[in-house]
Amino acid sequence: MAWSFTADRPVYIQVAERIRRRVITGEYKAGAQIPSVRQIAMEATVNPNTVQRALVELETEGLLEARGTLGRFVTEDESVIERGKQSLIRSLVKSFITDAMRLGLTKEQIEAAVKEGTDERT
Amino acid sequence: MNVLECKGVKKSYKRGVLVLNNFNLSLPAGKIVGLLGPNGCGKSTLIKLIAGILQPNEGEIRVCGEPIGEATRAIVSYLPERTYFNSWMRVDELVSYFAEFYRDFDSARAYSLLSTLGINPSDRLKTLSKGTKEKVQLILVMSRRARLYLLDEPIAGVDPAAREYILSTIVSNYDPNATVVITTHLITDVEPVLDDFVFLSRDGKIFAQGSVEVARMETGKSLDELFREVFKHV
Repeated sequence: MAWSFTADRPVYIQVAERIRRRVITGEYKAGAQIPSVRQIAMEATVNPNTVQRALVELETEGLLEARGTLGRFVTEDESVIERGKQSLIRSLVKSFITDAMRLGLTKEQIEAAVKEGTDERT
Repeated sequence: MNVLECKGVKKSYKRGVLVLNNFNLSLPAGKIVGLLGPNGCGKSTLIKLIAGILQPNEGEIRVCGEPIGEATRAIVSYLPERTYFNSWMRVDELVSYFAEFYRDFDSARAYSLLSTLGINPSDRLKTLSKGTKEKVQLILVMSRRARLYLLDEPIAGVDPAAREYILSTIVSNYDPNATVVITTHLITDVEPVLDDFVFLSRDGKIFAQGSVEVARMETGKSLDELFREVFKHV
């Protein structure tokens, strides 16, 4: 199934996000090899140069490592993956709060709404 | 060296309609390029000029440094807007036909793509649905090891699943030495597979040209939105 993208941001950033999420959720395990650029490009139906750029971005973050002709691997350093997870959580929370404030909610109302939502889940 | 070079190309049809007017375009290797523009702006005409089916009135077109002719036909793989195969032919006969005709044709790749799709090579074309026929044609065109692929409306008239298969085939065929030119009006569908875009305007000139990702970054808009904006009053 082709991945869907939002219009407002470059595709490579959104591809990087999808792959980061796969590492954080353990779909791509620490130390394991990830699919090739071509495989990801075919799965996502995305330009291979765009996928390449996304992977280089994740290498810069330290989440992925290129091992020459062997391909790309997820870092074995769990702390890097944990840091990625924390940063993903922060950005999710931030976008949620921004949205809620736009709707006119106060800090207290947001906290109450979150509590109510989580209580319902458990 | 650029894969495609158009310099001062002018093309008008008999009734005096000027389609391309002093048209210039350079495309390097390793790119998937969307050739986009309103109906009747000359997209197909340009593709046919590069494929050597039409002759320009003025100007010069070169593919990998060669003027359009026998040498470029050997390295240009062209998918026309309409199917031109004889409907009584079987799929495997078409594959042999292509293998005989083009030195760069990879029969093994063609058969592997056909089997992925579950197309029976001994089926006759007339028994296939429109979408399947289009897929067969695309498979043949993409099974050549060409330097320039010209795909004129490759996803028009097929269902979304077939569209996705076609785009995924184009992506899987990616070769850093080759360039792919795609014309389409289904911009949203092709946008993620493109490196660059070329907007053609009605007066036969380039309206805008650039990298899809850079355009997104600079404008915060998708290519489709940008296209609608640019051509709103044209």
